Amino acid sequence: MDIRLDAISHSYGDTEVLRDISLDIPNGKIVCFVGPSGCGKSTLLRLIGGLERASKGRILQLGSPPEGCLNPLTYVFQDFALLPWRSVHGNISLVLEDRNIKGAQADAIIADVLARTKLSDFSKALPRQLSGGMKQRVAIARALAVKPAVMLMDEPLSALDSQTRELLMDDLVALWTRQSFTAAYVTHNLAEAVRLGHRIVVLSRRPGEIREIVEIDIPLRDRTHGDAKLEQTQKHLWDMMRDEARAADEELLDV
Amino acid sequence: MSDTGAKNQPIEVRFRGGGFAPKARRSVGLAVFIFLIGIAEIGTRQGWISSLTLPKPSDVLATFGELWESGLLFKHLIPSLSRLAVGAAIGASIGIAVGIMIGLFSYVRAGMVPLVAAIFPIPKIALLPLFVIWFGIDEASKYALIAFGTFTPTVVATYGAVDNVDRSLIRMGQSFGLSWLSIVRKIVLPGAMPGILSGLRISLAIAIILLVAAEMLGAEYGIGAYILEAGSLYDLERLFAGVVILSLLGVILSTLIGFIEGRLLSWRA
Ligand SMILES: Nc1ncnc2c1ncn2[C@@H]1O[C@H](COP(=O)(O)OP(=O)(O)OP(=O)(O)O)[C@@H](O)[C@H]1O
Ligand SMILES: [Mg+2]
Repeated sequence: MDIRLDAISHSYGDTEVLRDISLDIPNGKIVCFVGPSGCGKSTLLRLIGGLERASKGRILQLGSPPEGCLNPLTYVFQDFALLPWRSVHGNISLVLEDRNIKGAQADAIIADVLARTKLSDFSKALPRQLSGGMKQRVAIARALAVKPAVMLMDEPLSALDSQTRELLMDDLVALWTRQSFTAAYVTHNLAEAVRLGHRIVVLSRRPGEIREIVEIDIPLRDRTHGDAKLEQTQKHLWDMMRDEARAADEELLDV
Repeated sequence: MSDTGAKNQPIEVRFRGGGFAPKARRSVGLAVFIFLIGIAEIGTRQGWISSLTLPKPSDVLATFGELWESGLLFKHLIPSLSRLAVGAAIGASIGIAVGIMIGLFSYVRAGMVPLVAAIFPIPKIALLPLFVIWFGIDEASKYALIAFGTFTPTVVATYGAVDNVDRSLIRMGQSFGLSWLSIVRKIVLPGAMPGILSGLRISLAIAIILLVAAEMLGAEYGIGAYILEAGSLYDLERLFAGVVILSLLGVILSTLIGFIEGRLLSWRA
């Protein structure tokens, strides 16, 4: 299933946040969104996920979601959004219960996603007993449990320290390599973008417009540290971002 | 750092963390009670507290023993407890239901919040005659008074608790396509539970106060009736025996809620 954004614009009251965004999120690819703070990345993701209505334009699903898909558009939140009163197992079964998946069938799904996120030993733990990285893996496991057509990830690694972030990026790459998933991935970390993105969308400062779309055709698992081409792409992205950030700063000074 | 004279004298870093995390220390509460009662006992025995100001704690205990032996204790206690249970249960459950509705629906909020604010400061005891006219002099008016008094604080605590539920958890529920009912049952209610329970502590204490007030009017048996009778005769021993029963009731209810909290909120720890 592909997602197509068709001339999306969005405003909150008088503040124009997004302007005329058109792009495709192709099946099985990870599309990263980068841009200066406040340019509307989170807003765009909420629009794609149907949590908010765009002021103008349409979001289209092309094709039907894969078989067994319970929740086509599934979020992974920056702050994990785990229920503190439910165990790891309970947090995942939460999203299955409503689809009438209970008992052995639910246990099988939960065991599978916990194994894929290397959490099998922690199914009884409460969120407060887990480290940040583990919490985010639980959130990813929960998202995988509903077999999403598209994962919407809003800075999923930003709340984590840099080592944990590296490890989780490896996990995400392994996860994608085993079974490719589609994702819209918002980040402000360019290293993350060039490591995980098949396609990187650079947004301008507010109102967010597409400045450039960068394609990276190196397969995810072949992307290594210090790869010259990736470094070059990252530098190119950084130059654009710096211009935008600086311009945004100067706009503020003018006020 | 400027190096003045004593630069090779290491100073241990002063500890300034800790605190702000009260732990359960049961024995301390007990010690406070024993200490106060002990002083009263010694004072009344030695005469520097006159027996007109305060009855001897041991006499109060003796009165208590008589109450127990004559079977009067339960004759008074059982109607009181059932009034408290029925009244508080009605008030608290309607209060929680209305509080949740206020927390969830804009129109209920707009309609009910001013109403609750208007009802809250009315001393419910003042309305007892009205309840007697509405519900008769029997049990029903007592239930109504206690229920009404528990209702308002419960409502306020509950909608505050619902307001405080982490919105990002609710967004999460919506993003996974959970039904409205599931979101309320599995996210809003458990999230509001800490606030609801601490509100219940206050509501139940108010229920005990109103219980006594209700029983002071037209009740043959009940702790309130017993205290009123003792008071009108200036029988301080019996008055205090009654008051002690009320205090014990308060302690027991508070312990009970503590127990429920331990059960339902173990995830907080
Ligand atoms: N619900 C809202 N009501 C009004 N304004 C909003 C709302 N949500 C976001 N905004 C505004 O829209 C703009 C874009 O916000 P958004 O959160 O999408 O930015 P972002 O690109 O995700 O930023 P960051 O990198 O800091 O996460 C901001 O200026 C913000 O103040
Ligand atoms: Mg954001």
